[in-house]
Amino acid sequence: MNGIHDMGGMHGFGPVEPGKNEPVFHSRWEGRVLGLSRACSVQGLFNIDESRHAIERMAPGDYLASSYYERWLDRNVRLLVEKGVITREELERRMAEVAAGRDPATPHKDPDLLARMMRGLTERPHYRQPGPPPRFKAGDHVVTRHDAPVGHTRLPRYARGKHGVIARSHGSYIFPDTNAHDGGHQAHPLYSVRFHAAELWGVSAESRAPVHIDLWERYLEAAPLER
Amino acid sequence: MSHHHHEPESVLSLRVRALESLLVEKKLVASEAVDRIVSAYEEDIGPHNGAKVVARAWVDPAYKQRLLADGTEAIEELGFGGVDLRVVENTPGVHNLVVCTLCSCYPHALIGLPPTWYKSFEYRSRAVREPRVVLREFGVELPESTEIRIWDSSAELRYLVLPERPAGTENLREAELAELVTRDAMIGVAVVQPPTPAAR
Repeated sequence: MNGIHDMGGMHGFGPVEPGKNEPVFHSRWEGRVLGLSRACSVQGLFNIDESRHAIERMAPGDYLASSYYERWLDRNVRLLVEKGVITREELERRMAEVAAGRDPATPHKDPDLLARMMRGLTERPHYRQPGPPPRFKAGDHVVTRHDAPVGHTRLPRYARGKHGVIARSHGSYIFPDTNAHDGGHQAHPLYSVRFHAAELWGVSAESRAPVHIDLWERYLEAAPLER
Repeated sequence: MSHHHHEPESVLSLRVRALESLLVEKKLVASEAVDRIVSAYEEDIGPHNGAKVVARAWVDPAYKQRLLADGTEAIEELGFGGVDLRVVENTPGVHNLVVCTLCSCYPHALIGLPPTWYKSFEYRSRAVREPRVVLREFGVELPESTEIRIWDSSAELRYLVLPERPAGTENLREAELAELVTRDAMIGVAVVQPPTPAAR
């Protein structure tokens, strides 16, 4: 989708402001949101691509006005409601109960969940999977798909319909465009594709500033003529 | 959900507590597990992990070769994991810069959770289009002849920059070298500085 999240190349946001001695979490609730998100993911309530797409589906004005972990919270609630795990009414009621000091939930331990969440910090991710043999090899010239898909995609808008060169083949990885939409988690070949700055930004491009983007084969066609 | 422009923190905090309460009640979450993940990120996982990888690559050329060829495997030799990793090397003519324009992809296992600026609209929008200007905002001025390679982390690989080893560090041991390596240098918005005379 052509969402507000797809920010590469946009103007108007101003200078980057590096903060000094920033805490890992600015408030306690930020850490809870991160931990809850990991738990939902480990419990199979939503996958990484559904999770990214849920943030992308925020209204653009809300996206821009929210902090990073506010977007995560919005995502968690949105997906848990859509998947029927909770309702918004239930959440509102629980907020009132918690505010009144009447939290009805009884704490419990879940050593298995804990172990699975901790393993996620050190285990190899499972996104790389066997897939079809790659069609391209390093040095091949390609053109990215020119399209405005309504669903989730990891082909950034600034790199659509552009000419690039395959820099490296990464093997096959689960394809986000289907995995975000119940379309299955089949793997497709993934490549590092190198783009000249001028191909992406035209005459205003900085010199000697190529961009590498990791792109699935499904986003790529062989370039008709090598330039 | 209603618009929540700069919602007061207490309301956000309450919503999060209510969400946790519901998920605990449904036995989908145990608060203790959330505690442990939070403390892992607050106390254990941070740039000191990535710094060890960088220092090892500086002192051991064979390790560096393995690291550049397959970062995922090479960091496992040092006991790290949890990430599909690609390491990109700075050299006298090439400087690497990592960004995620679409969200906030970042090698957590090696350098912790990303700082706010890395996730900011400013950095995400501009690092790909005007990297030299952005680097200048971080105080990094590179010669015009240096190629800046930008890595937009659009898939499930994470990128780590192997910075150049600073001059004058020939006599430092691996652990001392690791102390010089900063988070920002491993993202590519800083270069590693030689130790100051006072620190020696």
